[in-house]
Amino acid sequence: MESLEQIKARIESSVPGAKTDIVPNGSPSQQHSLLIDNEHALAVAHFLRDDPALRLDFCSNVTGVDWLDRVVKKMAKIKTVVDGVEKEVDQTTAEKIPGYLEAVYHLYSMAHKHGPVIIRMRTEGRAKCAPLPSLTPVWRSAEFQEREIFDLYGIRFDGHPDLRRILMWDEFEDYPMRKDYVQPDDFEWEPTPHDEVLARAKQHYTPRPELDGAEEITSHSDVAKPNK
Amino acid sequence: MSEIDEKLRTELQRQGVWVTSMQELYNWGRKNSIWPLQFGLACCAIEMIATAASRYDIARFGGEVFRPSPRQADLMIVAGTVTKKMAPQIVRLYNQMADPKYVIAMGACAISGGPFKQGYNVLKGIDRYIPVDVYIPGCPPRPEALLHAFMELQRKIDGQKLTGTDKAEFLKPEQPSEFPVPKFGEHDLEPPANHDVFQPPKLERV
Repeated sequence: MESLEQIKARIESSVPGAKTDIVPNGSPSQQHSLLIDNEHALAVAHFLRDDPALRLDFCSNVTGVDWLDRVVKKMAKIKTVVDGVEKEVDQTTAEKIPGYLEAVYHLYSMAHKHGPVIIRMRTEGRAKCAPLPSLTPVWRSAEFQEREIFDLYGIRFDGHPDLRRILMWDEFEDYPMRKDYVQPDDFEWEPTPHDEVLARAKQHYTPRPELDGAEEITSHSDVAKPNK
Repeated sequence: MSEIDEKLRTELQRQGVWVTSMQELYNWGRKNSIWPLQFGLACCAIEMIATAASRYDIARFGGEVFRPSPRQADLMIVAGTVTKKMAPQIVRLYNQMADPKYVIAMGACAISGGPFKQGYNVLKGIDRYIPVDVYIPGCPPRPEALLHAFMELQRKIDGQKLTGTDKAEFLKPEQPSEFPVPKFGEHDLEPPANHDVFQPPKLERV
């Protein structure tokens, strides 16, 4: 199979206006992926599927990723003149990257027995129902998985034939796989609470300051002081 | 039945005279033909199927007639994970069963949510909405465990009184046989538990 750089170059020459980026994967798998722009995503997907050399006719997996706002610190050596002497000085630059949601498609070719080619699409921001183009018209197998992403991450896939929640009920309003999802507080009783569960259990303990002393086991500020 | 002397009864039996009571006969019939409702929710259902098949053979206890309709079933075996999306249907099926009806909560998920207890999508035990007679721990419980639960249930049925102040719960007119079906809420089931049925123990801190 061609390298990702070659695929990128061929996409950009075949689909006019398409912008693609290679997202490097630094892990030992070295499975780099191709970030495609939302506007030309459908055309790029058609190209990947129909190009005789690629024939990526099988979309094996679609998944979502939630990226929160983050700050990336970069170290760079910058030559500056200090007291008339040229020196190399380390300079850290902090780049703020606003959060976004991502859909990742793993593509294989049944005809040529090669793959995977991984393509990604990113939304503008993390708003509720942030739009992305649906690739279900290109790969039918993406239908349920795009519904699942819609259900759990809240990405709206424009052009999807049947975009409904698939795992949670229709009345449900949250997106449970988002990193800022807050579970309903349905703590009842734990025989052996530990770690996170212990932290949650402590929120529900009845306060007893006369026994616990300075131990701040409850964060309730409206706790009535017991009569002494 | 409690009035008759056990020794006299065995002596009479030896002579070919069988002395019994209406209650004993009734309970004997009931406990030996418990018809379960035929449904499974997760991997525990596979163990339930194994229990029903020839190797473990639940027919030895009179429970082989799995009914596809709640109207004909005596026992609901909640075999598997009850997701929050499935919980209203389970409660509705329970409501559609005719009295007397019994529930076995089979496996870690059905009794407490099990490995999914801290998740957002799994009910933390079916006893939040319907009363449970026998709990079986295990993930999944072996067929022997289900048979044990079945025998425990038979023991319970055998001990149920038909008259008097301590008569069986299902004979008391004030006892509800239907329970409110939870609604799908915006963040969770509404209500998250039926506190007429479910009273979690208070954690004692020392």
